[in-house]
Amino acid sequence: MQRLLERYPPAREHLLEMLHDLQDQNPQHYLSDDAMAAVASYLGLTLSDVKGTASFYSMFSFAPRGRHIIRICASPPCQLLGATTIQAKLREKLHVAVGETTADGAFTLETTSCLGVCGVAPAMMIDDEVYGNLTPERIEVIIDKMRREDEAS
Amino acid sequence: MKLEDLRKIREQAAKGLSLRTGEARIKVIVGMGTSGIAAGARDVLAAFLDEISKRDLRDVMVTQTGERGLSSSEPVVEVRQADGSVIVYGDMTAKKARRVVAEHIVNGNPVSEYTIEVRTE
Amino acid sequence: MTRRLDVLVCSGAACVSSHSAAVRDALFREIESSGLSDEIRLVETGCMGPCELGPVMLVYPDGAFYVHVTPEDASEIVEEHFLKGRPVKRLLWEDPEARRIVEGKKQVPFFEKQKKVVLANCGRIDPENIEEYIAANGYEALGEALTQMAPNEVIQVITDSGLRGRGGAGFPTGRKWQFVASATGGTKYVVCNGDEGDPGAFMDRSLLEGDPHAVIEGMTIAAYAVGASRGYIYIRAEYPLAIKRLQIALAAARKAGLLGEDILETGFSFDIEVRMGAGAFVCGEETALIASIEGERGIARVRPPYPAVRGLFGMPTLINNVETWGNIRHIILNGADWFRSIGTEGSPGTKVFALSGKVQNTGLVEIPMGMTLRELIFDIGGGVPNGKRFKAVQTGGPSGGCIPEEFLDTPIDYESLKELGAIMGSGGMIVMDEDNCMVNIAKFFLEFTSDESCGQCVPCRVGLRRMLDILKRITSGNGRMADLDLLKHLGKMIIETSFCGLGKTAPNPVLSTLKYFHEEYREHIEEKKCRAKVCTDLITYHIDEDTCRACGVCAKNCPAEAITGEIGKPPYVINEEACVRCGTCLEVCPFGAVKLESGAL
Repeated sequence: MQRLLERYPPAREHLLEMLHDLQDQNPQHYLSDDAMAAVASYLGLTLSDVKGTASFYSMFSFAPRGRHIIRICASPPCQLLGATTIQAKLREKLHVAVGETTADGAFTLETTSCLGVCGVAPAMMIDDEVYGNLTPERIEVIIDKMRREDEAS
Repeated sequence: MKLEDLRKIREQAAKGLSLRTGEARIKVIVGMGTSGIAAGARDVLAAFLDEISKRDLRDVMVTQTGERGLSSSEPVVEVRQADGSVIVYGDMTAKKARRVVAEHIVNGNPVSEYTIEVRTE
Repeated sequence: MTRRLDVLVCSGAACVSSHSAAVRDALFREIESSGLSDEIRLVETGCMGPCELGPVMLVYPDGAFYVHVTPEDASEIVEEHFLKGRPVKRLLWEDPEARRIVEGKKQVPFFEKQKKVVLANCGRIDPENIEEYIAANGYEALGEALTQMAPNEVIQVITDSGLRGRGGAGFPTGRKWQFVASATGGTKYVVCNGDEGDPGAFMDRSLLEGDPHAVIEGMTIAAYAVGASRGYIYIRAEYPLAIKRLQIALAAARKAGLLGEDILETGFSFDIEVRMGAGAFVCGEETALIASIEGERGIARVRPPYPAVRGLFGMPTLINNVETWGNIRHIILNGADWFRSIGTEGSPGTKVFALSGKVQNTGLVEIPMGMTLRELIFDIGGGVPNGKRFKAVQTGGPSGGCIPEEFLDTPIDYESLKELGAIMGSGGMIVMDEDNCMVNIAKFFLEFTSDESCGQCVPCRVGLRRMLDILKRITSGNGRMADLDLLKHLGKMIIETSFCGLGKTAPNPVLSTLKYFHEEYREHIEEKKCRAKVCTDLITYHIDEDTCRACGVCAKNCPAEAITGEIGKPPYVINEEACVRCGTCLEVCPFGAVKLESGAL
C-alpha cells in the first residue's frame, strides 16, 4: 500500500487518484479504513477529512463489494429503451437487489448515471467494460460467460 | 523536432498511409470506440485477425479507429481498397467478419447484405 | 521451405472439356521454374462447380476462387499471387449482385447532411497512432501559432471567429482567453472539462477516444496564447477508454517534442496531466471541477472571482469544454472568416450532437449551426421508428428543456433554443415518442439533479427535493391542480437563488414540460390518467373477456400471483390490488388479450 502511495508526491491534489488506485487494488473494490488512514497519514490530513472528501464521490465504496461491479445505467435515454427490464432481469438472475452483492461474492449490482453510450442503449458497465444493445438474453450470455471465466482462472 | 521536421514527417506519413504506394492492398478498419466495443467490436476485430492469419493474407492490414458516429449500426468496419473505393459494413459480428474476408477481401465481392455505405476517396 | 499454398485445379468433366489440363500443366511449369515447388502443392480435384465458369481453381489457405483460367494466365498467377501475394483480380469470380452495390455508390443519409469539422478525424484515423494525426495536418496549427503568431494574435483570431463555448453556456471563447491572458498570477493553468455527465451526451467521449491529439493541440495553442505552463484534462472515471487513449497520445506527443519542454524547439514549454473524476455530476461545473482537481469535495465556489482570474490553486485558469478545444486548431489553420462562414451570425461554426432515444439513427452528428430540429431528427436521424409519433425532443440534459412538435422548424442556435425555454447544452438530444410520459421524464431529470446536488445551498438541496416530492405525488395519482403553481413558484425561486449554474437550471425540464405539456399534467391530476401508460400507479392491466382463451400462460408468469382462472374456462382475471404492473402478462399472452389502460377509473 505504501508503495502505491509513494507513486504520487504528497500533495492533496493527488487524493482522488490515490483513492482510485487503493480501491482498484482491493479485491473487494472498496476503501478500507486502513487504506484511508494510510492516505491521511501520507498527505498529512485527518482521517475525517479524507473520508469526508471520498464520501462525496459516488464511485467510492466504504463497504466490501463483489469481485465484479455491475453498473447499470439509470438515465433517461436508457430508460426510454428498456433499462427497467434489464435491471429486473439482472436482479432476477443474480438474486440480489440494487446495492447488494451476490452470495458467492462474485457480483455487486449498482446503478449509475449516463455512461455515454446512448447510441447503443440500454447499456451497463462491468468493471471497465461497457456492454450495449442489452436484451434479457444477452444478460444471460454475459453473466454466464463471466462466471465461466472466473471459474477457469 | 522543429516545424520543418514535422512537415517532413507529415509527407512521409501521408505516403505510407496511401494504399496506392504502400504495401497493403486492402485495409480493414474496425471502429473501436466505446459504442462499438459495447456492441461487440472486439469479437469482430478478433475474427478478422484470426481469419486473415489463417489464410496467410500478407497484403491485408487491419487497424482500429474511433467512432464515426452511426451508433445504431455498430460494430462498423470499413474496407478500403487500393483503388480508393471504400465499403462500409454495419451491424457486424464475428461470423459476418469471416464471410467478408472470404468473399470480399479474398475474392473481391463485397457482401451487399452487410453494406451500409459505398464511397470513393 | 515449408509448404504454404495448396492450389486446387478442377478436373471435373466440364473443366476438362474446357482444357483444365493445359492450365494445370502450365501452372506446374511456372511453379517449377520459379523454384516454388516445395512451397506449393498442386492438386487435381473433382468437379468444384459452377461448371459454366470453368476452368476453375481454388487457392488455399486464402480461398481465392479463380474462374475462366487459361494456360496463358499461369505465369501471371504464379508471379503476382503465389510469389508476391497479390491475387489476380481480373480472374477472380465476380458476383454480379456485389458489383451492383459498388457501382450504386450507396450513401447513408445519416452522413450526407453533416459537416464534419471537429469530428473529421473520428472514424478515419487510428487514435493511438500520432503519425496518422500528423498526416491529417495535425500539429500544423500549433506550429504556425508558435512560429508565426504572437500570443495576442492567436487570441484575436479566436475572438474574431465568434467561437462560443461548446459545454453548454455558450460564452464567447476569445473573451475568456483574453481575461486569462490579462490576469496577473504566478502560474496560469489551462484545463479541459471532460466531465461530460449530461444524460444523453457522448460527444466529448467520442472525440477524446477518436482524436485525442486534437484536444491536446488546442490546449497547447491556448497555453501559448494566455501564457500558461501547465494543463489538466479532467475526465469522468466512467470513460476508461478515453483515459487510456489520452495517456497514449500525451506520451506520444511528448516523445515527438510536441508537448513538454521546448515544444518544436521554439522555447515554449507546456505539459498536461490527466485527472479522473469519481462519479459526481456536479464536477462538470467549472468551480466544482477545480475543487475536485485540488483534491476537495466537488462543491461549487462563489463567482466572481471567475476562474479566469482566480481558479485552480488560486491562479488564473482557462477552462474550456472538450469540443471547444477540438475547434481551435481548425480556426487557426483556416482563419476566423472561414469559421464565420459556417453556421449563423450569432452562433458560428458547427455543433456536435448526440442523438438518442426514439430515433432511427442514433449516434453522433456534427452539423452547421442553424439547421432545424426537423432536419436533424428526421433527415439525419431518420425519424421515429416503429410508426410511432414524435412527441418531444429533450435538449441540454438536466439543464435543458423539452421541445414539442410545433417547434420542429426552429433553427438550432443558442438564442433560438433559449427562447423556447430549452438550452443548447452540451449537445445531448433525446427524442421521445407518444409512448413517453412527459411528467415521468421531468420526474427523471429531477431525480437526477436532486441526487447529484452538491448540497451546499438550500434552494438546490432542499428545493429540488420538494419539487421532486410534488412530481412523485402527481405521478402516483395524488396530485392537486395547485401543485402546478407551486412547481412554477419553486422553480422560479430555485433559478433565482441557487449558487451555481447546475442548481439554477435544474428546474428547466419541469418548467418546460409544464409549459408545453400542461394537458398531460392536468390529466394525471384530474383524471388520474397517464396517456402514455407509463406511470405505474395510474395504469391498470386487465384481461379482455372476449379475447381470452384461458391458456393460463399469464397466471403462470405473473410474479405477484395476481391472476386467477381455470384452464379452458375463460376469462382469467387480474386482481388489481395485487398487480405490480410489471407488464409480463401483456408480453407473454399469445392472444393479445391483456389490455393496458389508464384513467378508466
